[in-house]
Amino acid sequence: MSFLSRLRKFPFWAWFWFLLGALYFILPLLATFEFSLSWDPAIPFKAYQRSFEDSRFWTSFIASNIFALITIFASIVLVVPTAYWIRLRLPQARRIVEFITLMPFVVPAIILVFGLIRVYSTPFTIPFTDIVFMQPLTQFKLGTNILVIAGYMVLAMPYMYRSVDTGMRTVDILTLTEAAQSLGANWFVIITRVILPNIRSALLSGALLTFAIVVGEVILASFLGVTAFGPYLFLLGQHRAYEPAALSFVSFLLTWFAMGLIQLVTGGQGQAAGAH
Amino acid sequence: MAQTIVNSKSNKATTNWKVWLGVVPFFLFALLFLFLPSLRLVTASFTAPDGSFTLDNIRQLFTVPVIVNAYKLSIQISAVTAIGGGIFGFLLAYSVTVGGLPKSLRSVLITFSGVASNFAGVPLAFAFVATLGRQGFITHILRDYFGMDVYAAGFNLYSFAGLSLVYMYFQFPLMVLIMAPALDGLKREWREAAENLGASTTQYWLRVAMPVLLPSILGAMILLFGNAFGAYATAYALTGGRIGIVTIQIGAQIRGDVLYNPGLGYAMAIGMVVIMAISLAGYSWLQAKTERWLK
Repeated sequence: MSFLSRLRKFPFWAWFWFLLGALYFILPLLATFEFSLSWDPAIPFKAYQRSFEDSRFWTSFIASNIFALITIFASIVLVVPTAYWIRLRLPQARRIVEFITLMPFVVPAIILVFGLIRVYSTPFTIPFTDIVFMQPLTQFKLGTNILVIAGYMVLAMPYMYRSVDTGMRTVDILTLTEAAQSLGANWFVIITRVILPNIRSALLSGALLTFAIVVGEVILASFLGVTAFGPYLFLLGQHRAYEPAALSFVSFLLTWFAMGLIQLVTGGQGQAAGAH
Repeated sequence: MAQTIVNSKSNKATTNWKVWLGVVPFFLFALLFLFLPSLRLVTASFTAPDGSFTLDNIRQLFTVPVIVNAYKLSIQISAVTAIGGGIFGFLLAYSVTVGGLPKSLRSVLITFSGVASNFAGVPLAFAFVATLGRQGFITHILRDYFGMDVYAAGFNLYSFAGLSLVYMYFQFPLMVLIMAPALDGLKREWREAAENLGASTTQYWLRVAMPVLLPSILGAMILLFGNAFGAYATAYALTGGRIGIVTIQIGAQIRGDVLYNPGLGYAMAIGMVVIMAISLAGYSWLQAKTERWLK
């Protein structure tokens, strides 16, 4: 092949767009990293040191991770039996459940938190009386924690449901259930010992997406007044310069870690969440 | 047949309603934490301060300047980043699928897109401050090596243009994730058939590929529109609430009744839900059209 014809085959525009995209991806990360190192030339990682020395960082970061774990656990408990039951016995409910799992796209986090505050900031009374049997959820710590986790479950629902449902499509739920039943297993054993292990890569990908959504989330946590990493990072940015850059870079690495793992377990089918 | 084995324990009449018990927890959860909060906003937006029914709040959505401007700004910023991000994302997806780049770059781009479309909110805003803020990395490079002072030229990261650039960071990767599978669906036979009939590359793209891809491109752009429209944290972290898009105004209303009319705040939230619902419906409709060709 002559040089000229090879040149004509060379996909110039494809490379052009690809490199432009690569620059758009990388430059902000490079800039953040460079800025985070520029605090003190003598101690390059000073911003990171300072960030990790702050006890409020650890309190909020650990709190967010605990929220993420509880959200993942509660979402699996809620979504897996539902998706399983629909595949096995209730295909007529598929459309309505799928519709509900899409609702969080219509009700963004800022609207969701607005509604949650509106509903759960009034005390619960016994219907038709004025007798209060429970304080408003927004008034005590356990209550706000419940609201935040429920909100996270709503935000993660589209991704969790879709992951689990896709996972169940590839295994023969019916045969597995019959085999387990004929061996005398009850529903709890079927779901925890037979179904869950068979959809573990789907579960892991749903869990990691949920993790990516919850750990950096700001809206629900800050409006419900809960200690979490997102609001902490935001407040830090109000009066600090270098530490926020360092922590932003760290949270990019975390997102990268979660998404990279998803690529590994699903074999390259990227998914996008939306907690913007 | 298999179905009857599982069903054999109980007779048909009782299963009809008992079988629904399995999804009760899910419906109960959705009712308590999704539908009840949304419905309460709907009823509150039709309620006057004295508790009576009113359409006044909805009417004021179209007349109060602050609100009209907020919707205008949100729609503009979402449209600009959906179209810009859509075109750029499409070209990127094109370059790694049918554009002739090495296969390995494809998985690199898809992974990166997965990360970037999820990297948003506060850290994203801070990353762009470090990049294009007054003391930003690129701002310095442009000034010191290219003699271009972007801030003197009128650019401002904390404005419409700046926020659009930031939104693009999660917009075009989402487009890549949606379009790459769609571009894979273009069949090699179509191109060969077109070439055999004497079509040029341009003719192939305009007459064959584009008509097939168009619903999917438009659908994805509508999804990007909704994606930007619902965004709050990125804009708030970047501008500290100084840019009056709808989500920021709603956030201010939650913190304290800045509109001096709670009902109007609820109406504003409902207006947003309506726009999000329309864009999701548009997306699903176009997606269904796409599936006829691209499987």
